[in-house]
Amino acid sequence: MTRLTVEASGALTLVEDLGRPGLAHLGVAGSGALDRAALALANRLVGNPDGAAGLEILMGGFRARFDEGAWIAVTGAWGRVTLDGRRIAPYTAARALAGAVLELGPAERGARYVLAVRGGIDEPATLGSRSRDTLSAIGPAPVAEGRVLEIGGAPAASVPLLDREAAFPPPAGGVTVALLPGPRADWFTDAARATLFDAAWRLSGQADRVGARLDGPRLERRVPGELASEATVPGSMQVAGDGRPTILLADRPVTGGYPVVAILSPASLDAVAQLRPGQEVRFRHA
Amino acid sequence: MSRRLLPSGDAALLVECDSLDEVLALHDALAAEPPAGLVELVPAARTVLVAVDPDRLPLESAATWVRRIPIEAAARRPGHVAGEVTVDVVYDGDDLRSTAALLGISAEELVARHQAAEWRVAFIGFAPGFGYLVSDDWPFEVPRLDAPRPRVPSGAVALAGTFAGVYPRQSPGGWRLIGRTEAPLWDPGAPSPALFVPGRRVRFTEAGRP
Repeated sequence: MTRLTVEASGALTLVEDLGRPGLAHLGVAGSGALDRAALALANRLVGNPDGAAGLEILMGGFRARFDEGAWIAVTGAWGRVTLDGRRIAPYTAARALAGAVLELGPAERGARYVLAVRGGIDEPATLGSRSRDTLSAIGPAPVAEGRVLEIGGAPAASVPLLDREAAFPPPAGGVTVALLPGPRADWFTDAARATLFDAAWRLSGQADRVGARLDGPRLERRVPGELASEATVPGSMQVAGDGRPTILLADRPVTGGYPVVAILSPASLDAVAQLRPGQEVRFRHA
Repeated sequence: MSRRLLPSGDAALLVECDSLDEVLALHDALAAEPPAGLVELVPAARTVLVAVDPDRLPLESAATWVRRIPIEAAARRPGHVAGEVTVDVVYDGDDLRSTAALLGISAEELVARHQAAEWRVAFIGFAPGFGYLVSDDWPFEVPRLDAPRPRVPSGAVALAGTFAGVYPRQSPGGWRLIGRTEAPLWDPGAPSPALFVPGRRVRFTEAGRP
């Protein structure tokens, strides 16, 4: 059994797969990798099924040693990634030899690296998933320095010889993502709904796997009063009493009492997962 | 009675009802015959979220499925497959006497009414496994604490608004505590992780008494 010994875990390193959908009626969110496309791509690059568990590494500062040889791929955020000090190409399968040290430098583009290892990270599954839900504290504990992670057996598919997709780093400048109408769009003034699409928003410092709060103008309500809590979906944009929107993400509470003005598409959520605090984001109609 | 279908992205719709009773009836009817491709069915106080895998169940088909269920027929359906549980309670909560006083009854009567009521889990909120229980036999409305407790112990049996509940694990909380139970409310490692699931009937009994 191949093992990966973590020597530095950076700001936050979590085991994530594609999550545990279908349990919201028990109060359990779907969780899973915040940038789902990055996880699926990293897995495909090493011949894993899309939903194999990998590591989601926030902003880099990660170092780990392989006790045996392993195929790996790093996707998502873009920065200096080295194996035994030698730089490896992003979004490409690479072979780590026995004893090799993998290092992920500070993310230069995007916010979350995804590391896939051929065979997947073999932590125990909870409720059908190896994902860490940071709000409900379900799934493998956050990966700390000294943690030894076991790698699963090789999957049936071989490591693809050619990259099937061209890889682009997450954009450094503004990002534009698509919005669908939310269930409570009519709780907001026409002006607020126009502002949502006209304004240049910025990701605030209050952004994690639960939700991404945006800085920008106030979105004024047409309907005052309280909303009885109702279930949300990933990508629900709720607007708190102060008029500021928050995009609810994978580890959100499954119900919320703030009105949801709009919903981001799943592909847009992958882009939100890679936003850095202060980065500009604009919205367009889906 | 009416039902409104509200948009909730390209893989879900939110069904809004006029009352919690209607939500319960609609949820029972929908849960009794889930079509292939249904991913989530999440009741709340006035709504039911219907989330689908659009490749297997197009959103339009889900909308038709919801619209076709007559609420009147749904209301007559006996509580489907969610079952029934009994929860043993030690009635020694820190707020038992003050809550009874707020309601103008004795602590003994509050305990008796809590046990006499046939409760059902309306929906889950706040935390995994935290059921909001309602009962036709429960006439009381209990105000939340002015300041939530920073730490409510796991298994605390509590009241707030028109709801009863049990804290599935230690957490902050503003509900009034009337007792405690050893019942396993939430165990993510168990095959059935939650004791309270929407639609399930619940009876409270005094621990140690037959």
